[in-house]
Amino acid sequence: MAVTTGRKARWALIDVVVVVYALFPVLWIASLSFKTKETLADGNFIPREWTLQNYADIFATNEFIRPLINSLGIATIATLIAVVLGMMAAYAIARLDFPGKKALIGVSLLIAMFPQISLVTPLFNIESALGLFDTWPGLILPYITFALPLAIYTLSAFFREIPWELEKAAKMDGATPGQAFWRVIAPLAAPGVFTTAILVFIFCWNDFVFAISLTSTEASRTVPAALSFFTGTSQFEDPTGTISAAAVVITVPIVLFVLFFQRRIVAGLTSGAVKG
Amino acid sequence: MSQTVTEAPATTEPRGGKAALSEGKKAERRLGLLLCAPAAIVMLAVTGYPIAYSIWLSLQRYDLRFPAERQFVGLDNYVAVLSNSYWWTAFGTTMFLTVVSVAIELVLGMALALIMHRTLVGRGLVRTVTLVPYGIVTVVAAFSWFYAWTPETGYLANALAGDGAPLTEQWPSLWIIILAEVWKTTPFMALLLMAGLALVPDDLLKAASMDGANAWQRFTKVMVPVMKPAILVALLFRTLDAFRIFDNIFVLTKGANDTSSVSMQTYNNLIKGLNLGIGSTMSVLIFITVALIAFVFIKVFGTAAPGSDQGGKR
Amino acid sequence: MAEIVLDKVTKRYPDGALAVSDMDIEIADGEFVILVGPSGCGKSTALNMIAGLEDISSGELRIDGQRANEKAPKDRDIAMVFQSYALYPHMSVRENMAFPLRLAKVDDATVKQKVEEAAEILDLTQHLDRRPSNLSGGQRQRVAMGRAIVRSPKAFLMDEPLSNLDAKLRGQMRTSVSKLQKQLGTTTVYVTHDQTEAMTLGDRVVVLRGGIVQQIGSPQFLYDHPANLFVAGFIGSPSMNFVPATLEEGVLKSPLGTITLTDRVRRLAEAADAPREVVAGIRPEHFEDAALVEETHRASGATFTAPVDVLESMGAEKYAYFTVEEELATTAELQELAADAGATDVPGGGSTIVTRLSASSEAREGQQLQVWFDADRIQLFDPSSGRNLTYSG
Ligand SMILES: Nc1ncnc2c1ncn2[C@@H]1O[C@H](COP(=O)(O)OP(=O)(O)O)[C@@H](O)[C@H]1O
Ligand SMILES: [Mg+2]
Repeated sequence: MAVTTGRKARWALIDVVVVVYALFPVLWIASLSFKTKETLADGNFIPREWTLQNYADIFATNEFIRPLINSLGIATIATLIAVVLGMMAAYAIARLDFPGKKALIGVSLLIAMFPQISLVTPLFNIESALGLFDTWPGLILPYITFALPLAIYTLSAFFREIPWELEKAAKMDGATPGQAFWRVIAPLAAPGVFTTAILVFIFCWNDFVFAISLTSTEASRTVPAALSFFTGTSQFEDPTGTISAAAVVITVPIVLFVLFFQRRIVAGLTSGAVKG
Repeated sequence: MSQTVTEAPATTEPRGGKAALSEGKKAERRLGLLLCAPAAIVMLAVTGYPIAYSIWLSLQRYDLRFPAERQFVGLDNYVAVLSNSYWWTAFGTTMFLTVVSVAIELVLGMALALIMHRTLVGRGLVRTVTLVPYGIVTVVAAFSWFYAWTPETGYLANALAGDGAPLTEQWPSLWIIILAEVWKTTPFMALLLMAGLALVPDDLLKAASMDGANAWQRFTKVMVPVMKPAILVALLFRTLDAFRIFDNIFVLTKGANDTSSVSMQTYNNLIKGLNLGIGSTMSVLIFITVALIAFVFIKVFGTAAPGSDQGGKR
Repeated sequence: MAEIVLDKVTKRYPDGALAVSDMDIEIADGEFVILVGPSGCGKSTALNMIAGLEDISSGELRIDGQRANEKAPKDRDIAMVFQSYALYPHMSVRENMAFPLRLAKVDDATVKQKVEEAAEILDLTQHLDRRPSNLSGGQRQRVAMGRAIVRSPKAFLMDEPLSNLDAKLRGQMRTSVSKLQKQLGTTTVYVTHDQTEAMTLGDRVVVLRGGIVQQIGSPQFLYDHPANLFVAGFIGSPSMNFVPATLEEGVLKSPLGTITLTDRVRRLAEAADAPREVVAGIRPEHFEDAALVEETHRASGATFTAPVDVLESMGAEKYAYFTVEEELATTAELQELAADAGATDVPGGGSTIVTRLSASSEAREGQQLQVWFDADRIQLFDPSSGRNLTYSG
């Protein structure tokens, strides 16, 4: 079937609509972040006067740098742990025969659907009692918990795709189960693990509910929570410009991830939901 | 999933090995349990215990400002919450936001999925760009919408809302919340639906058009029925997710003007009110509602619970 | 080198399926044994039990006289070639073949030397640095073989190693597998569902049906002396023709006419206490165009006349197909064989008699032909048990 230019043009137009839809809010907040204080309230979509002052401001105070470090540290640690634990469990689910497999799948399904807010009250109290409130581990633990179902689903979907006969082959070639895993299965699973790590990181990076309920100071407050407490350089200043700049800073890495790993992220997001 | 290993019935075997699990099988079971243990323990410790604890707390009068008055009050908290008009307003708001935004997302998501699936130009671009809303921190997007709808600062407020301040009125606020929610989560819906679309065999569509079905008929009579499981899973995911709506409301209205959701109410009772008893009661009520929604989806609509498929076949 | 003994080996899967029951096979050192049977009969299961990839539910597996039931696969020193080849996609051909040696902590120089030797034997030298995904099916198959031979294991296990190749390549590889095994002299257990492979490759063939060993013997022996209807129908291509018949006083009444049995067949049948109703089996190659049979020879057989339905001229021989009026014999075994063979090649079932005639036959499609068959080669089977009533093994 010959593809006419007309049809192509129509699709191109539709694509443009989609692109505008997806990028409008992002461009808008980026625009705000580049506006000077004077033009901030002019309502223009494109800044009339450009400035980097807002960026200079946020990196001049602990109000942003501390939360940024917290966000990075907490999300990275939680991702690492969740992916490692998820990998172990997913391997077992995809591959091994053992009692309690169904129960584990059921529990993680429950947790995936669980309203986080329901945990906030008891966790607040428990963490206060244990001295975990307003600490890194105090956030890392719930992040791991809610990231695990995601990690387990995505990884077990990836693991199921691996031709397991290779493991048998490795065993016949004289490998112990450990060697069979590390030398044959792990290299094949790496892309799936990487994708899962991205998804889990995005999840932790994005969280707001726990971040504002289980933290109270800069000791562990992450950027999303800190943003909503931003005051600007002085108490009386309108924080719009600085909030926008901070928002752009934490958005850029995610957008880059998405640009580079589009294919993998799509595969990861859809793997658990649809049976192939 | 395989059942537990049934021992071979005692055959009339004079000799030979017993039917016990061999080293290999036993090692496999041990390994399986060992590998799952850490994940299971973390998940249970961080959810199981707090859930139980929260049920226990919900049966007590427990206000951190008046710790001395802590006492067991049975279902009093539930009576208090369920007879409180704020709770019901928040519940109604949450339901409204959930139903409307999921409905809009389904339509837009389906359109987006079809575009991503069938576009002739720039498929990679569209798919990549679509992921941007998914990747962006909700709070960031919420701030963007917030400023867009703030009078003077915002282009949308200036362009569309005239002199008013939409985020200070209930209905405009609710629609803006829905807009923010839909923008953020439609891509995810679209991706799940696209995965479903990929399962519709091209031959089936060709056959349908040979049989004289037009585009709309092919969509409703062929694609939708084949995609039904994927659609239901996407709806289930998104409904449960939408019901916990918090971030967008927190940034956009802080729950003012009757725009609070049940999650906001719980948060306010805990962090602002420091009332653990009432907060826990609300937690339990939210949990029960979510469980009911899931139950309705799985039992009534027959949604296949994701992940409940067969484990790896050897 | 190893001697492998299966002693009443049984496999019951966790879901209750009995895949192999009471399998007794003694495989001598250096022997090439074929496990053959229709799909789902338990061949792979049996092989996996020897490999240690599946547990043995009961019975004993002995390798070189030692019980091996509980040994891990890596401790059995057996190599396996898989149907899907199971090549490691992230390793080059060289690394694939070196993998077993590396696991065995063989030093680098030896690894290099052994891999290159194996590559030489298998004609893979110029492909050593390519990835499996860039190889053709036949080359992949050879890499899988290479990976098995590099470490000179005690035994080779092969699970339908040629079934993913096209027919021509399969023929070539069959020859090279056979040569390779003779050259290396390594005990080999080879699984296939293809009776041609079974006939041409092995020293001995084990015919399996529903997890039960039907018969064990050399290919020729199985062909000449099938123990039952199933083996008779499975071995040989085209398959043996089966017709229902009644046996009375050494005279067989069948759709192919009334046949006086030879003394030899008659004695065997009597010794086996043959019932009145039997199934008679005649192989296609025991028919001949009556015009081409010498007078003196004719007496030792019987003839029938029927119109030729289809005639296939293969050059060196001709196949003539006839339809018989009456229903052909059907038993459970025959139905299973028919199902396994698919619709194209129905062994004995349906209502067609397949005959192989000399190329010089003047048979024509649609014309009557008088066909002679060798009465001494008729085999009689018990329709209820499938037992060969004329078995003389
Ligand atoms: N893992 C398993 N669990 C349960 N039943 C199985 C399993 N593997 C094979 N079977 C059953 O055992 C029988 C024999 O299978 P298999 O040995 O693979 O046959 P073959 O290789 O001869 O085709 C089949 O009926 C099959 O369905
Ligand atoms: Mg098999």
